[in-house]
Amino acid sequence: MEAQSANVVETLASLSLFGDLTYPELEAVAHTFEEEAFAQGQRVLRQDVSGGSFYVILSGEARVVIDGEERAVLTRGDFFGEISVLTDTAPTADVIAATVLRCLVVPAHDLKPLMLSRPSVAYRMLQIEARRLRAANTWSG
Amino acid sequence: MVGVGERPFPPGDYDVVVVGSGPGGLQVAYSLARTGIRRCAVISRDDRPGGMFRRFPVYQRLISWTKPDAPVARGTREYEWYDHNSLVGDVESHQALTPLFMDRELDLPARPEMESALAEFAARGEVQVRYGCEWESTRIEGDGFVLATSDGEYRCRACVFALGMTEAWKPPIPGLDAAPHYADTRSPKLYEGKSVFIVGKRNSGFEVAQGLLPWARRLVLASPRPVDTAVLAFSPLRLRYLQPFDEHVRGGSGSHVVDASIERVERHDGGYRIRTRGTTWKGELTLEADEVIAATGFRTPLQDLPSLGVATVHDGRLPAQTPYWESVSVPGIYFAGNVTQASPGLRKHGATSSSGSVHGFRYNARLVAQRIAETMFGLRRERRPLEPAEVVGFLAGELARAPELWSQKAHLARVVAFDPAGGMRDEGIVPLAQFVDHDDGDACAVAVEYDADGAIVPALYVRHGGRLAEHVLPPHPLHAFDGDDYRRELGARLEPLLA
Repeated sequence: MEAQSANVVETLASLSLFGDLTYPELEAVAHTFEEEAFAQGQRVLRQDVSGGSFYVILSGEARVVIDGEERAVLTRGDFFGEISVLTDTAPTADVIAATVLRCLVVPAHDLKPLMLSRPSVAYRMLQIEARRLRAANTWSG
Repeated sequence: MVGVGERPFPPGDYDVVVVGSGPGGLQVAYSLARTGIRRCAVISRDDRPGGMFRRFPVYQRLISWTKPDAPVARGTREYEWYDHNSLVGDVESHQALTPLFMDRELDLPARPEMESALAEFAARGEVQVRYGCEWESTRIEGDGFVLATSDGEYRCRACVFALGMTEAWKPPIPGLDAAPHYADTRSPKLYEGKSVFIVGKRNSGFEVAQGLLPWARRLVLASPRPVDTAVLAFSPLRLRYLQPFDEHVRGGSGSHVVDASIERVERHDGGYRIRTRGTTWKGELTLEADEVIAATGFRTPLQDLPSLGVATVHDGRLPAQTPYWESVSVPGIYFAGNVTQASPGLRKHGATSSSGSVHGFRYNARLVAQRIAETMFGLRRERRPLEPAEVVGFLAGELARAPELWSQKAHLARVVAFDPAGGMRDEGIVPLAQFVDHDDGDACAVAVEYDADGAIVPALYVRHGGRLAEHVLPPHPLHAFDGDDYRRELGARLEPLLA
């Protein structure tokens, strides 16, 4: 049974990506971007379809699938879609809700203004990307 | 037929129950009645169609166009694009009813004109409703639902809630409870010479501010999010809405638009003290005002549905929905009307649906009815067979003129299936996300979309051998997407399927 949605501002406050923002700043983020909920099995991001957004998971789990093969599981606080937005190319993976999934959705054209106006969010993103890169290198090496 | 004085749909067992008699409820009821599902009940707490238009007289005019005269004839399918406020019928006499009642003062119908058009649609389309029957609570029993109402219990396998966003909503700001909601604001004259603080900077905030400009001594609009002038600029009443913002931008007029988080509203003898903190600037600001108005929006009156497991978004204000407007968490519960805006589709380049307005959700309602009939009752709609030679022309015509594709950009698509055994068939209008995400064999879809620069472009999606390819075609200065260049491009991309 699905629990009621928690207050989006409170949820954002607990995620490391937004860890350095003040409460009013978090409110501005929560009021600017939409929350979306997906059914289990519903697709969030689509491989090879252009015009995608940047997503931050507020609750639930998602599977990352490339050419039908599962590559990773994402959970609360994880984000996806940024590579596609930053490089202006279609996503190279499907992201599919594994449970009822809640996300904050940042449309592509809003990501750059968000990162420039909230540099701490950009810094945290870069930090997390760096960890992902190191993990990928370690794994393949 | 129901006799004089008799009310239709007494409590009992039904296949589908629709709750609501606004434009969403009437459209889905009309469409369900034509699917072949035998027992559909429609109930409403109101006493006649379109109750929202009577309860909220603050909306004096709709904000979407109906052009009584247009480049195409009234009553045709193509005309629907020029008439955003009529419900859609299956025969010409049920079509284009809003312009019949318009006084043509503007190309936006007034509230009573809209109400008359809805009543006319219900009468001509023989949409029966059990009025004065209030849905009170809900439970799940077996493979269906039981709706308890003021008249008794209704059992059904599927229900469609067309409830509107009619309940005033306020965010949990300490002290804001003491202030009236936008829905309760009275004559602007009552604000004569007063200092007014408005919480909220979207349509309703600016609408009320504009109304108070000739009366109030000082106006402050505040909310955490900066004004999205692009959104306001797309409102047909933009001149009205943008006036308070314009005065703020010019400075020193007594109208101010502030980006701030409102921390507390304190009531005192002389009025209110409002404590705020900047969101796009650093620091705190405490303001005094004689009056506070919460222009903080509305919510869907979902009653006990969340306790049944119906997931919501936007602080519980809207039910979360799949691409076919079914609850993401409780199958069998569907939605119609403007709450279907909570199913934004692919959000390509950030664009969402037009499901917050009649011209968008009237098509969703038609598809919900078809979906319920096909998936829950095995009533498969007939598909028109297409000859290979006509496919390209058909798709190009849809891209140029289909009101569904133009109203619901990047959201609804025209689908043609290519079955090696059964030939080519028109699968009808389908949510684009449904087509993209479900492999039902070789097929193609066309949609009208915005590209990254905001230009209107045609898009073709081709599924062949399990792989999906997206082809976004270039824009055209007159949107003439049925021209030779487009036909050639469509033909080339579809060649593997047409071969």
